[in-house]
Amino acid sequence: MASLIRSWIPLLILQSFLVAIAFGSKEAEEFSEALLLKPLPDRKVLAHFHFENRAPPSNSHGRHHHLFPKAISQLVQKFRVKEMELSFTQGRWNHEHWGGFDPLSSMNAKPVGVELWAVFDVPQSQVDTSWKNLTHALSGLFCASINFLESSTSYAAPTWGFGTNSDKLRYGSLPREAVCTENLTPWLKLLPCRDKDGISALMNRPSVYRGFYHSQRLHLSTVESGQEGLGSGIVLEQTLTVVLQPETTSVETNMQPSWSLSSLFGRKVVGSCVLAKSSNVYLQLEGRLGHESKNVDTEIEAHKLWKNADFDLSLKPDRVLRESSSLLFIFDIDKSSDSEPFDLGLTWKLPSKWSCQQAPLQATRFLMGSGNERGAIAILLKATESQEKLPGRVVTDGRCTIKANIFQIFPWYVKVYYHTLQIFVDQQQKTDCEVLKKINVSPSTDKVSSGMLEMMLELPCEVKSAAISIEYDKGFLHIDEYPPDANQGFDIPSALISFPSHHASLDFQEELSKSPLLSSFKEKSLVRSYTEVLLVPLTTPDFSMPYNVITITCTIFALYFGSLLNVLRRRIGEEERFLKSQAGKKTFGLKQLLSRLTAKIRGRPIEPPSSDSPAAQSSFLSSKLIFKIILVAGAAAAWQYFSTDN
Amino acid sequence: MATEKRNKEEEEVKTDDGSPKIKPRPIVQLGIFLVAHSPVFSVVFSAAGVLALLILPLLAKNTYISENALMPGSARSMLSNRDVSDGSKLVKDIKNYRLNHEGQGVEVQKLVGKYMSEMVAEVYYQKFHPEGNQFHPLHFFSGPDSYTLLDNVSCASYGVNVAGIIRAPRGDGKESIVLVTPYDFINGGDYEALSLGITSTLFSLLARVTWLSKDIIWLVADSRYGDYRPVAAWLSEYHSPSFKVSDLLKCGERNTADNFRRAGTVAAALVLKVDGRSERFEDTLSIYAEASNGQMPNLDLINVVNYLAVHRQGFYVKVEKVVSLLSSSWLKIIGEIFEAVGKLAHTLNPDWNFGIPVADYLEGSATLASSLYSQALGIPTGPHGAFRDNQVDAITLKVSPRFPPDSKTRQHDFFLRGARLLEGTIRSVNNLLEKFHQSFFLYLLTSPSKFISVGVYMIAFALLVAPLPMVAASLYIEGCKALTKSTDNPTENLKSWKWLDAAKQVFALHLFGFIVTLLPYFICQVPGQHSPSNRSIMWGTTSSSLLLITFAAIPGCSPFTSRHHGTHWAVLKSVTISAAFIGLCLMSIINFATAEIGALLLVPTCLMAQPIKPALRSRRIKSMLGAFCSMVLLTIGFPVMFFAISKGLFGEGLVGLSLGGEFWTWLESLWAWKSATYLYIGMVHLPCWLLCLCILFHPS
Repeated sequence: MASLIRSWIPLLILQSFLVAIAFGSKEAEEFSEALLLKPLPDRKVLAHFHFENRAPPSNSHGRHHHLFPKAISQLVQKFRVKEMELSFTQGRWNHEHWGGFDPLSSMNAKPVGVELWAVFDVPQSQVDTSWKNLTHALSGLFCASINFLESSTSYAAPTWGFGTNSDKLRYGSLPREAVCTENLTPWLKLLPCRDKDGISALMNRPSVYRGFYHSQRLHLSTVESGQEGLGSGIVLEQTLTVVLQPETTSVETNMQPSWSLSSLFGRKVVGSCVLAKSSNVYLQLEGRLGHESKNVDTEIEAHKLWKNADFDLSLKPDRVLRESSSLLFIFDIDKSSDSEPFDLGLTWKLPSKWSCQQAPLQATRFLMGSGNERGAIAILLKATESQEKLPGRVVTDGRCTIKANIFQIFPWYVKVYYHTLQIFVDQQQKTDCEVLKKINVSPSTDKVSSGMLEMMLELPCEVKSAAISIEYDKGFLHIDEYPPDANQGFDIPSALISFPSHHASLDFQEELSKSPLLSSFKEKSLVRSYTEVLLVPLTTPDFSMPYNVITITCTIFALYFGSLLNVLRRRIGEEERFLKSQAGKKTFGLKQLLSRLTAKIRGRPIEPPSSDSPAAQSSFLSSKLIFKIILVAGAAAAWQYFSTDN
Repeated sequence: MATEKRNKEEEEVKTDDGSPKIKPRPIVQLGIFLVAHSPVFSVVFSAAGVLALLILPLLAKNTYISENALMPGSARSMLSNRDVSDGSKLVKDIKNYRLNHEGQGVEVQKLVGKYMSEMVAEVYYQKFHPEGNQFHPLHFFSGPDSYTLLDNVSCASYGVNVAGIIRAPRGDGKESIVLVTPYDFINGGDYEALSLGITSTLFSLLARVTWLSKDIIWLVADSRYGDYRPVAAWLSEYHSPSFKVSDLLKCGERNTADNFRRAGTVAAALVLKVDGRSERFEDTLSIYAEASNGQMPNLDLINVVNYLAVHRQGFYVKVEKVVSLLSSSWLKIIGEIFEAVGKLAHTLNPDWNFGIPVADYLEGSATLASSLYSQALGIPTGPHGAFRDNQVDAITLKVSPRFPPDSKTRQHDFFLRGARLLEGTIRSVNNLLEKFHQSFFLYLLTSPSKFISVGVYMIAFALLVAPLPMVAASLYIEGCKALTKSTDNPTENLKSWKWLDAAKQVFALHLFGFIVTLLPYFICQVPGQHSPSNRSIMWGTTSSSLLLITFAAIPGCSPFTSRHHGTHWAVLKSVTISAAFIGLCLMSIINFATAEIGALLLVPTCLMAQPIKPALRSRRIKSMLGAFCSMVLLTIGFPVMFFAISKGLFGEGLVGLSLGGEFWTWLESLWAWKSATYLYIGMVHLPCWLLCLCILFHPS
């Protein structure tokens, strides 16, 4: 395959050259690939694949691209997407151990399932239509049920709580979407080298999906050219973040496991993707390690950085960048080849411990109450240890405060009573005006739209914990609105907690980073964290026996209406008169014959057929009835006996 | 009921006209027939009801796994010797620690916590206050979150739970499975420590498996203050925490509120206890499932445990049974009769295989009796009851090893098998995509692998209460006739209102019952320390004075007023029976077992009740016998009397003078556990019993 691609390259280059001449564009399309590896404090390794594809503004109306995927550019053209992000995630991001205050986690820690948001460049009235069409297009493109976000009950239009202020923003998430290789394959198809060459060749499906966290993300944004007649450029950023557990043989528990690319992924990198402008592998070492040596000038000291008493790198880094709390080793994989594959390894020699920087407040969300009736949703914000050290405190009126935005969507069948919102700060109940700076509520409409809650809290800096609780009632669904496996319960999508006054970025001392990955890390990104998905058990009908229910309902109806009609229309007086007249006529019959016969046998005169006491008659009648019943029962028993014998 | 009403109408039409002209419809005919012959049918139906109850062990079906997703035992166990040695080490450490440091429970908790965190679990400690159950009449049926937090919490006594959570590596954290091991950190015996060993063995495995989809919580409940309370406290913190500041947090050095962690909706819970040596050759596993008010966990949970324990790990599985019934001769005779009938049926048709051996029958009925009794009592049989109160399916597993606790060699094997059993169960529950809903919730067990579903056991109850409306109707007709004869005044002859006087009396006595039910709350409020016997005397005196007031205040209510124009006893009995019928039917919905046992007592009493004076006057043996029977039944039916008799039956020895005190304690436990049986006794049984007493001494 590699050779095939290589044979195509001259052709492609020629073509691009010709096109460039023909349209006179100044920039060419660019593709770059990068892989960031980062050992985590809890003996795991994070691998972050980053691919960036830039299509410069052109007047070609997106018809011809050299590297940029046509499907995406068509998407952008058709639905006038200004910015969009789609993520598929499996597993939970561990904010405690894997960090919550670096660009990597704030951008790549995503909620379980599928999350999609998009900003459109269309008039306000067409935003919803564009969103619906976009969900269908993406659904087809990524083999996922993103089209379920089409329904107005599943998406919302956040105003400011999401972080991006735009009235043309739509947000939706599907917490139950299972993520697997059928979602990865179409995602890889957007890369020029797919997973055949370059860094993406590492993506061995079993090892990628064996991880503890797996999040594949696609972010695209359009860049306005500012020139007349020129369309807009598109930047497509594709990332895959996996957290893997290196296999270890050592029994010592406090020793970090050693690993190499081949032991993590079962594959090695043999050369870069030739279409990529840059392809690098980064290794980030956090914590104590970064502080060790401040000034590294000589060759020996530089050598010490990657081969020292603590750990050993199997390859010599091309460059070393220093950040305030971490070291970044940069490797260029262009030099590797089939004979000499790139297989970076890290061997630990001494036990080492460090901790990741955490977001100012750690958020957990849980359900209160049990059973099928009522409940409450509670969001608990706890101060982390690193809160003290963080920048981004705002001092207003002499008070130091931390701002936190909470954005939450409620499905309509969770009927939230917004007036029951309670806020506790350090176990003291606070009135709304004390801590709540801004709130935006859009209540849900049954079967039409979902509810949305945006809150901006202003908490004192020395806060230890804050709790927010809001009560809800569980609604009833129509029988055909239940999803498959309805007895599992219903999901409430993750809430998003963001800290508008805190921004995460990596601050490198050298100003030489041209790589898209590093430049994206250098940009200040909003610190955000998603909470857990909640499972609400709703009342579910017994799907297995609707027939029984129908039968019993019909029986009750029949009994009720039957007796009611009987009471209403029967005229007892008339019936009595009729029976009297009948009794006069009806003197002969089978009964008469029988009574005569019995009288003959007994040798007594014929008794009058009517008896005086009602009780005697009733007993006579009922003994006959009992006889009948016994006869029928006997017949049934006999039939049962003979039928079972055969 | 509708038929009944129609019957009455029909009957009245006849008595008015005198001549039968209308040919009644068959269903009406049947109704008239039943009402007309109600004495015969009531005997037949009641006997059939008792017979149906006795026959239940024969009708028990074998359990089966209803939910396909459970797939118990289909996966190979992954437990290794390393895990077992982890567990053994913990047990050894605890033992050593306990030997060296007497009475330092907190340190043992820290030790357990340290082990948990070494297994990469998130560990936290939770403090709780031992007293949580307070009787409050208004909170009777409300949920478990109605514990009112006491304001003046003393730091002198509080318990500390240790809990560890293993997060499912690839799970979404929506659901969790809870493992509970109650352990007394101060006085816990050697056997109890073994349960920690088993769970620790399992936990060590679960920390490294990849198949988990639900988080696992291991709760080491501090059972210093009983098994139930720590689990209930943990669950109430889990499901309904109070965000307000609590005094309890200030106790001790560790601040616990902030680090309480949760792991989604609890899918199922298993409580593991190890106690005593097994009397049998094998290790014994007892399953306890009854939660408050006769609620049962889904049968599938019991099935999975039973299947794995019997077919994979070779435990001897049992459920609780009434041991005294095993040796009772009358039950043995009944069993022999059933066996003979079964054999006879088998010779007639080889397909009829309902006969079971006497031994099986005895076992089955002893288990059934225990199952009925535990459900009827409404008190959970273990810490799993706290989970059921939060709508979580849970059972308690009590394992008794066959070796003494200090045997090292056997311990390894025991840990391996115990942990494998739990592993298999957790794996099955982990497989579940939906919550437990496939199998039965309403059932009685006759053995760990046999059950009687609601459709079968309802028959016994239905037969038992069926005569009540019939007898009520026939008595009403009788009473109406008698009243019509006795009164010549046409204004009093409004036939449709004859029951009003009787209904007044019935209502008054039910109101009395309601007040008596609430009385203990006020007695508890009386300042000063009182012994249970004193309290019961207080209760008895207030109740009887209230009863006298009721009799005095409402004319015609008392049995001792010799008014000739008072309500006819037949009408009174008819209304009483109707009230009993309604009460029993309502109770059968709330707690079936209570209704069943209550019906066994109340139905004969109500049916047999008749005025004693005419019987004595008539001096006929038949009526004398009837009066004697009703007196005996009434004596047995008095709640205190029945309590004493059942105590004697269960082999606890007859109690003497302290009977009142014991009865009080028993009732206290009933309301503390929010058992609906307490309400039944106070609001259905007691008024009906008093009404029967009224009928017995009726002046007519």
